[in-house]
Amino acid sequence: MPQRIKMPERHPEERNQDFKQVNTGYTQEQAETEARRCLQCKKPLCVQGCPVEINIPGFIKQIADKNFNKAITVLKEKNNLPAVCGRVCPQENQCEKFCILGKKSEPIAIGNLERFTADWAASNIKDEKNTIKSNGIKIAVVGSGPAGLTCAGDLAKLGYDITVFESLHDSGGVLRYGIPEFRLPCDVLDAEINTLKALGIKFVFNCLIGRTKTIQDLFDEGFKSVFIGAGAGLPSFLNIEGENYNNIYSANEFLSRVNLMSAFKFPDFDTPIHRGKNVVVIGGGNTAMDSARTAKRLGAQSVKLVYRRTQQEMPARLEERKHALEEGIEFIELTAPVKFLADEKGFVKAMECVKMELGAPDASGRRKPVEISGSNFLIDADVVILALGLHPNPVLPSLVKSLETDSHGYLIIDEKFMTKLNGVFAGGDIAGGSTVIEAMGMGKQAAKNMHAFLKEHIHHPPDDSAEG
Amino acid sequence: MFKIISKKILSSNIKSFEISAPDIAKNAKAGQFVILRLHEKGERIPLTIAGTDAVNGTIRIIFQEAGKTTTELGTLNEGQYIRDVLGPLGHPTEIKNCGTIVAVAGGVGTAEVLPVIKSLLKAGNKVITIVGARNKDLLILEDELKENSSQLLIATDDGSYGVKGFVTNILADVISKEKINIVYAIGPVPMMKAVSNMTKEHNIETLVSLNPIMVDGTGMCGACRVRVNGKIKFACVDGPEFDAHKVNWDELVSRLSLFKKYEAESFENFKHNPECKCHKE
Repeated sequence: MPQRIKMPERHPEERNQDFKQVNTGYTQEQAETEARRCLQCKKPLCVQGCPVEINIPGFIKQIADKNFNKAITVLKEKNNLPAVCGRVCPQENQCEKFCILGKKSEPIAIGNLERFTADWAASNIKDEKNTIKSNGIKIAVVGSGPAGLTCAGDLAKLGYDITVFESLHDSGGVLRYGIPEFRLPCDVLDAEINTLKALGIKFVFNCLIGRTKTIQDLFDEGFKSVFIGAGAGLPSFLNIEGENYNNIYSANEFLSRVNLMSAFKFPDFDTPIHRGKNVVVIGGGNTAMDSARTAKRLGAQSVKLVYRRTQQEMPARLEERKHALEEGIEFIELTAPVKFLADEKGFVKAMECVKMELGAPDASGRRKPVEISGSNFLIDADVVILALGLHPNPVLPSLVKSLETDSHGYLIIDEKFMTKLNGVFAGGDIAGGSTVIEAMGMGKQAAKNMHAFLKEHIHHPPDDSAEG
Repeated sequence: MFKIISKKILSSNIKSFEISAPDIAKNAKAGQFVILRLHEKGERIPLTIAGTDAVNGTIRIIFQEAGKTTTELGTLNEGQYIRDVLGPLGHPTEIKNCGTIVAVAGGVGTAEVLPVIKSLLKAGNKVITIVGARNKDLLILEDELKENSSQLLIATDDGSYGVKGFVTNILADVISKEKINIVYAIGPVPMMKAVSNMTKEHNIETLVSLNPIMVDGTGMCGACRVRVNGKIKFACVDGPEFDAHKVNWDELVSRLSLFKKYEAESFENFKHNPECKCHKE
């Protein structure tokens, strides 16, 4: 059995100096070779693991046959953002986990092949003229992150007239402000969003639904249904002494400054960021890895990632952990912050920590970290980044009482993804999804249900022949 | 793109713009703010909405040229454009009839207090407005303040107009003479803190509008976090108004100094080579 083709990547010492992509992508030959490993199962298990239901063996077959044009067509039937998914999806926990090849050797590299196909299309296919017949029915999508874009794309393909409302000045949501350039370059994201614009989707920026316009305003303007994908907000903090000292950032702030606002190009760009020498990141998820690797690229001499369990329990993808370690990020496991210390001007200078040990498993099934008393020690830090997770964005739910939320603040949706407000659907972070692909899956399911809802509820049912 | 409909110079470094922003003009209420970004390379800064004209679809912003972005903003003229304006953000001021209200404002906060006193006066309150400026030339909007207050009292640091001294001197006098239900303060942090300390002694409910550093302004990044009653609050979505007596002022002052070094560098660069950034549509 031939070996899985490894994703080519740049040398750690070179790549941790700049913001260019770490993974450079398969060559055509590599993609074809890898694609030929696919067994083309009659009942493909991989598809079960894909939240957006891509015909995985289908597009891989086309790569093996060198029909890249057809490969992208198969991919795009289900996935509006293949270049994104090929880069950021945790395939090892999804499609690739189910691959039969994985039982005896390594699963087929579905993510790498998806990325290859999307990148090939971006450089070889010009956006085709929009041939979708519009049904003239207006739908509003709130938020241009992965959930909103997926929902918008699917509905546009069905002929709906889609407007996406975004509160920031640019599209993409977390794909833009959160995920760094070295994992998902802006031009790749732009190209992906341009293909959505080519479907006729309109974008309105600087529009915070709930404040700039209300949901009622949208219905008054003739929108027949609304999808809310407003994303996460309100970063979590530790609730410990000194966490408002200067140069202690939430990961969202740190990454937004660098990614969305280009603070790494200060002073050419106006938004500043402090480039720390000794940076400490707290957390063990993908956002923690992104923050640590970004800090390294901003020139930090030392970047320490502090986590209260061990590497095995970290929620971050194995690939991200591996990349971080290769790039010189130091992992300090079984350690929790106790308090922060600052200089006389209120700028953080150190973090007091305590060692932990793993006790009995908790509700999540992971072993619960328990403090070892008296094991306190100090870590020098002139920048601290807190990557502790997020709460759902509170703005819209707090302004529209009929949009009920659960005890965590997530919008309550039914099995059809509809909120408590008739005709208003939701998905992604704001409704309890937590990863990019989960958000995309929810956006996709919501789109199907919105289509069904509109067919039933409005006077002129959309023409099903537009369905692709 | 948001067109500048008119520009007025209120004092040597304070300017007023009417900007075309129909959605914001329609939904904005007193006490709310916008985040704006001048151009592709610009930073996002919060500015309080100083007034709206829903009929003409415009909002008014009044700003003091204090750093790079505000100075660059001041170079724009009628007919030019601001790339991004997002709003209205934050909770509006709660407007109800509660009796006698003292509104204290200093510096550019004078502009920010205007829509608040307008609404409070309309709601039937007695509104005593106290404004402070360093000198007479820096005093802005006197006529509009007078029009929207039951009584207007002015303090200047140098005594060139009104009472010589600080707004707190006048406030102490007012407190000694009549029963005040609520004090509303907006302006530089030292002023708000001084007002807060004074009203705390007299046990008078006091609201302040905070203006910490922000990035997105929609509750996503946590840059604007302030400590109120010991708890972390986000000025952009929980505020911008808070109970003055519960604000951790020292922490706010410290957090406002976070990027001082960088702000100075950016401003110096700008003064020496102000790039031409075309604000045409």
